[in-house]
Amino acid sequence: MKVLQPSTLDEALDMMATADTALTPIAGGTDLLVSWHHVDKDSLHLLDLTRLRKLQAMRMTKRHLELGGLTTYWQVIKSPEVARAFPLLAECARLIGAIQVQTRGTWAGNIQNGSPAADGVAVMMAYDATVILQSRDGRTEVPLDRYYTGYKQTVRRGDQLITAIRMPRRRRIVEWFEKVGARRAQAIAKLGVAAVRDTRGWRIAANSVAPYVCRCRALEDALRQGRSFGGPDEIRHALAPDICPITDVRSTATYRERVLSRILYFRLAENGSP
Amino acid sequence: MGIGANIPRIDGPQKIQGTTRYVDDIPTEGVTHGTTIRAPAARGRITRIRFDPDVPWDEYVIVDHKDIPGHNEVALIESDQPALVASEFRHRHEPVLLIGHRSMSAVRRAARAVRVEFEPLPAITDPRQPLTADRVQYGADNVFKRIDIHKGDPDSAFADAAHVIEGQYETGSQEHVYLEPQGMLAYHQDGQLVVVGSLQCPYFVLSALKHLFGRREDALRVIQAPIGGAFGGKEDYPSVIAIHAALLAEKSGGPAKIVYDRQEDMAVTTKRHPSWVRHRTAVDRDGRLLAMDINVLLDGGAYVTLSPVVLSRAAIHAAGPYFCEHIHVHGEVHFTNSPPYGAFRGFGAPQTLFAVERQMNAIADRIGMDPAEARRRNLLRDGQTMATGQVYRDGVDLVGLMDHALDHASYVSRRAEYEKLNRKHPYVRRGIGFSTFFHGAGFTGGGETRLASEVWVEGHGDGTLEVLTANTEMGQGARTVLTQIAADTLGVTEDQVTAAVPDTARAPNSGPTVASRTTMIVGKLVEQACRDLASTVGADGASLPAAVRAWHRSHPGRRLVGRARYQTPKNIQWDEETYRGDAYSCFAWATHVADVEVDLRTYVVRVRNYVAVQEVGKVVHPVLATGQIQGGVAQGIGWALTEEVVLEDGAMTNNQMTNYIIPTAADLPNIRVFFEEQPAAFGPRGAKGIGELPMDGPAPAVINAVCHALGTSIDQIPLTPERLMAHLEGDGDG
Repeated sequence: MKVLQPSTLDEALDMMATADTALTPIAGGTDLLVSWHHVDKDSLHLLDLTRLRKLQAMRMTKRHLELGGLTTYWQVIKSPEVARAFPLLAECARLIGAIQVQTRGTWAGNIQNGSPAADGVAVMMAYDATVILQSRDGRTEVPLDRYYTGYKQTVRRGDQLITAIRMPRRRRIVEWFEKVGARRAQAIAKLGVAAVRDTRGWRIAANSVAPYVCRCRALEDALRQGRSFGGPDEIRHALAPDICPITDVRSTATYRERVLSRILYFRLAENGSP
Repeated sequence: MGIGANIPRIDGPQKIQGTTRYVDDIPTEGVTHGTTIRAPAARGRITRIRFDPDVPWDEYVIVDHKDIPGHNEVALIESDQPALVASEFRHRHEPVLLIGHRSMSAVRRAARAVRVEFEPLPAITDPRQPLTADRVQYGADNVFKRIDIHKGDPDSAFADAAHVIEGQYETGSQEHVYLEPQGMLAYHQDGQLVVVGSLQCPYFVLSALKHLFGRREDALRVIQAPIGGAFGGKEDYPSVIAIHAALLAEKSGGPAKIVYDRQEDMAVTTKRHPSWVRHRTAVDRDGRLLAMDINVLLDGGAYVTLSPVVLSRAAIHAAGPYFCEHIHVHGEVHFTNSPPYGAFRGFGAPQTLFAVERQMNAIADRIGMDPAEARRRNLLRDGQTMATGQVYRDGVDLVGLMDHALDHASYVSRRAEYEKLNRKHPYVRRGIGFSTFFHGAGFTGGGETRLASEVWVEGHGDGTLEVLTANTEMGQGARTVLTQIAADTLGVTEDQVTAAVPDTARAPNSGPTVASRTTMIVGKLVEQACRDLASTVGADGASLPAAVRAWHRSHPGRRLVGRARYQTPKNIQWDEETYRGDAYSCFAWATHVADVEVDLRTYVVRVRNYVAVQEVGKVVHPVLATGQIQGGVAQGIGWALTEEVVLEDGAMTNNQMTNYIIPTAADLPNIRVFFEEQPAAFGPRGAKGIGELPMDGPAPAVINAVCHALGTSIDQIPLTPERLMAHLEGDGDG
């Protein structure tokens, strides 16, 4: 195992640009350290980000919220201003692990780890987040809903680092988030869904129902066209083009598909949509 | 002060301050860390063990079966289980080799560099699977033990019955999830091989070491390290890991320890026996039980361990706390190529009580009677006989106990209220259900007589008193309760008494800390030993310390010890061959009521309120007793709803706390606990055992409530949301 510890962002980007083997950035470590004793670490090349303190800060302007590359769940939970402007961020952060994980885990790490079960990613995607990647060559912005290309696959190049996540402040008519875990706290999602309707329309993002967190675009289109739904089965058909749940140790494909449809059906009914 | 008072728990301050040293916290100079190389499949013959040539193996201590000086057997009821596999292995994760090194990371690296190659053999991982000759691995038919309990003549009763109701019930395995995983430290001191560890039964470990090493008992010493919970998981398995640590210490010549991490502990150690129970019940027009035919099947795993005794308790509790003239219980526990199933709080009774309490509701449904009324007509009354012919003479009003619980839970009004709500709400369903149950305290039948437990109470030269037992504090409060009993008996304050840490070099064999026996059986012996001491010095109460000091002045160099040994109560008769007689000297009784909500969007069941009413004789320490009940209820709710041991190749694959779901505080209801105290004839001041009782009732109470909420019949736990969905709607597409 090799660990590099840059002191500045520039130094970190230099290390990433010149490394022979791709470096794995580590911040809170809440994903990388799982089963640590059981994994072979010989081939691991870590880039420890903990000294890049400037990346911890989050900024709120009139138009945006910008989370830093090292902003933790806990910072969002503890900020009344952010929790007011983006309530689902705080709501889902409280459901991620225990306080120990919430104080170490970062939003950028949640994105980059690429878990299809990531609660935070579904919420950020529903909030129309943009990922800001930086390398020695400059800065690139990628909408979060175009960030993933496959299971644990992203558009990020080996020399790029997530330095910020930006979400627009818009007037919202609907915003909610549901996580279905095996228990009410400390559970990885069996499935989750975040729905936002703002001045630009509907965005519905679901987790644990596809190889990566995805938008349910066919359902969004149907809602945009003002379609009403007679029951959960009709929602299920509208979800079909976008999701492909699997059976694994946490749940079954059928359960995921049915429950996602039911939650959407009843929540949308409460929102007056179907 | 004394019995019935909530004195501060003796082990509390150190635990709160974090100064308690669990086995892995004990600093040991030059210790060798050990790990275990395990069998990779359910059954096979080892053909070769490959060691990666890149690892400097000469730095390591490597132990295999050839290093065992005595018998390669883990001595328990039978000696069929090897400590290390010689050739054929019979379950996944069976220990093959031990590897030790001073550096923990070197040990982990080495563990990844060893490969066990094998030729697979035909395995059986489901005891219901038809048996073929090449899968027979125990006796003639893979059956570890059969038990039959006969009472009356069931066949003739079935012929004339107004109703015959049949049911099949299935319960899953369960992992203990004690706070600290299993661990053992072994070293040599004063010519003895000493083992310190997380264990419930020091003398079980001692006899296992004696058998394996072929040494005299005085060459061995077993000391209990502080324990953060055990629940039966540290009853039989510690012998295995103690043997392994001791073998490493012997071969390395220095101290050695093996401490499992959570994943290893969950994968390899014992769990609750999965069960399949069939009921056929004859009932008259008024809902009275005429005959019960009960068939119990347990999965025992690959070695006998404690399975025959688990089956015994399962069978004895199978007919529930009801009177029925004609009963046949047939029980079997089968071999499978799974890691052995072992002791777990309740010890077979939760499995059969789940079945009978679901069956009682099925009977009530069939004859159109409220489940409470069906029980009112059948609960045992004084003078009636239980399945083994034992006469019920506790004098506890079981119907009254049930009615108190139903009142506390507002059962009647809630039932009506929920039925109304359920007709209106789009997806929320509420229900209320309960279970009436019992649990025998102490060892079954002649177990206590065979054990002949012994307890000492020593008076020291400074006038202080020390209770010496082999019974372990594991979070349940044993040290506090035994201290309380001694102080109460002697009429002194609790700070004048200490309860010694179990150590086979100092304390007599007062038996294992299992079977809800510590307070009742060992506590009674503490009471008797205290009386013995008091009569030796001719004093008690405030004058006792001075009398103890005076005794020592007149008997220099001698020990002042009050002693007591278990004597079978005269009126207890038990026949192990026919399963007739007094199965237990007494029972604790309870009714638990669960109030649940089912969300039909997610199929998640949430227990909203819980009432636990029990009669347990005299309550020695109400706060600790309440904690025991609440903890048992939490564990029972987990078993009922979320705790699913997913098996692959016979072994657990979801061996992580993220994927094996025990309830958190957020998932649990307010658990209201009520005690009714009717002092029993046996325990100290009439106390009975309570440790296991609260594990028996929650699963049937919760599932009965879910059935009420949904108007359906559910016969299998854990009732995960996925299983409930499949039950209601099928699990295919559509």
